[in-house]
Amino acid sequence: MMKTIFTNPESLAPNITHYCPGCTHGVAHRLVAEIMDELNVRERTVGVGPVGCSVFIYNYFECDFLEAAHGRAPAFASGLKRANPELIVFTYQGDGDLASIGTNEIIHAANRGEKFTTIFINNAIYGMTGGQMAPTTMPGQVTTTCPFGRNVSDAGYPIRVAEMLATLRTPGYIARGAVHLPHYIVQAKKYIRKAFQYQKENVCYSMVELLSTCPTNWGLTPKESTAWVEENMIPYYPPGEYKTPEDAEDA
Amino acid sequence: MAKILMKGNEAIGEAAIKAGGLFYFCYPITPQTEVAEYLARRMPEVGGVFLQAESEIAASNMLFGAAAAGRRCFTSSSSPGISLMQEAISYIAGAQLPAVIVNIVRGGPGLGGILPAQSDYFQATKGGGHGDYRLLVYAPSTVQEAVTYTMKAFYMADKYRNPVMILGDGMIGQMMEPVEFPEPEEEALPPKTWATTGAKGRKPNIIKSLFLDPNALEHNSITLQKKYLEMEKKEILFERYNCSKNNKLLLVSYGTMARICKTVIDELKKKKISVGLLRPITVYPFPYEAIYRAAQPAKVVLSVEMSMGQMVEDVERAVKATRPVHFFGRTGGIVPSPEEVADEIRKLVA
Amino acid sequence: MPRVEIDRDRCKGCELCTQACPQQIIRMSREINAKGYFAAEVFDRSRCIGCCLCAVVCPDVAITVCSHGMQYHLYDY
Repeated sequence: MMKTIFTNPESLAPNITHYCPGCTHGVAHRLVAEIMDELNVRERTVGVGPVGCSVFIYNYFECDFLEAAHGRAPAFASGLKRANPELIVFTYQGDGDLASIGTNEIIHAANRGEKFTTIFINNAIYGMTGGQMAPTTMPGQVTTTCPFGRNVSDAGYPIRVAEMLATLRTPGYIARGAVHLPHYIVQAKKYIRKAFQYQKENVCYSMVELLSTCPTNWGLTPKESTAWVEENMIPYYPPGEYKTPEDAEDA
Repeated sequence: MAKILMKGNEAIGEAAIKAGGLFYFCYPITPQTEVAEYLARRMPEVGGVFLQAESEIAASNMLFGAAAAGRRCFTSSSSPGISLMQEAISYIAGAQLPAVIVNIVRGGPGLGGILPAQSDYFQATKGGGHGDYRLLVYAPSTVQEAVTYTMKAFYMADKYRNPVMILGDGMIGQMMEPVEFPEPEEEALPPKTWATTGAKGRKPNIIKSLFLDPNALEHNSITLQKKYLEMEKKEILFERYNCSKNNKLLLVSYGTMARICKTVIDELKKKKISVGLLRPITVYPFPYEAIYRAAQPAKVVLSVEMSMGQMVEDVERAVKATRPVHFFGRTGGIVPSPEEVADEIRKLVA
Repeated sequence: MPRVEIDRDRCKGCELCTQACPQQIIRMSREINAKGYFAAEVFDRSRCIGCCLCAVVCPDVAITVCSHGMQYHLYDY
């Protein structure tokens, strides 16, 4: 008797996405949906979408969604969660949304310890608007607004969001994973599971940064993009758990 | 002088550089991101400064800083980003700083759409930000006008020590048309002795907009109002197209919508229906007088906009109840066809 | 015996599954699908070990894996 051992999660809509071939948004979406299924929270989950390639994320999940203004998802999520604490709330944001225009909102939501989960997609570029420099763009990387390569003496170094948020005194779960290669994806799912579990148990704020690819704007094939993440992003943005709520007891 | 075929967004960037606008602060947003992408490459070539800020709030406040240092500086954005810039624009006006802001309007409200619209008229002409101030606002209709008025905007900003806006739309930003960049002909302006360039050999300059003493604040607002009265006397620009005493109807329209109106006028001329167009080029200061005069021969006035009706209120004000004023528009990024506008005209002149 | 089903018309031809498969039994088709992409296809089903790494890596949830009989638990997922 044939048993299905891998299929579309119930929390993920069956639609074909608009994402480019090889774009790892699809993997990140699926991991979140798998966890929603596993923890059985689909019916009380509300997602808050960003402005960016994943602005249409609400089409890809079978749960309620808000579309936030650019960068403001953590503020929307704070209001939503405080209004209705029994909801499971998550924000899903890219590097422009979270690390550029929304730095204020993410720092303060994490600092207040708002009990929602953030999935942060770090692909070192602004995808939707056609490939401009992001705060996470690597030194020397060419984008349309740094056509000669990111010059650190002019634009500074890329921001390491997971490390930055981990310095806050307020307890939280801050982790970084990657979704470009299978063994990283398997590890990332564990981080995402822990993040949502902490929320389900009402413990703390949680964030999982996911190193992702953007083949179209990097000018590489999907397979070349996975190599680019491995060579250029993993050393600068090391995966791992940067803070757990248990750490705060030692502080 | 040779014409170059350029995309509107890029032409605006080049026009700013030609006018001496060498300091540009921005954030990507559709449909004007090409201004930033063009200038990222071009500014280093001309020794200017290009800075992509973390948000429009930051970019517009960087604009304040560069303007305070006495530089010709500018920014560009689109509707939701312009909303974010309102606080800084109010500060720039209150502190009497010169700056140029380009708005490539897209559909709203909210995240809206990425297609062209004219739904930021209120925001541009009635303040937008808080307090008693105005922007001098040019509404180009072609890419060449976008070039001409962007160049002029820097001069006007310096002349009046006030922010100036170029109110374009997604079509102006995205389409390609032949343009030329004439040498700017400007009357000399006094040096910017008010700028914060370092207090060597002079008393310190303070650039602020805070006046806790109500008399001082009123005085500041009166100073600003005097500038706006002067703008209303000297800077109004408009175009009359087929306006004559034979007009059955007067169209009032601006920007790319006005080009469609011109097509309609030409078509209706063949059917012996005489329609005139009064096209405001400055939407602040608004050509009230010119609209009043152009409306008199006609039986009815029709304001045509890519919005739910914003400029129509100023048209009503202009006409002073001497003629009925109607509105036709599409919004959401829809551009009315000449046929739709013609049908509306026929209904009104029947 | 595990079986991998790749939905031809969901596939965007990104080739990540061909890279992920430890048995290297996935290749890209020579015929385009409904969207014009060269979809992935399994060409040697007998060597599939049901590891699901192709499905794990697929951004488009184009891959379903079934099995009957004994299936090794290769990793926690």
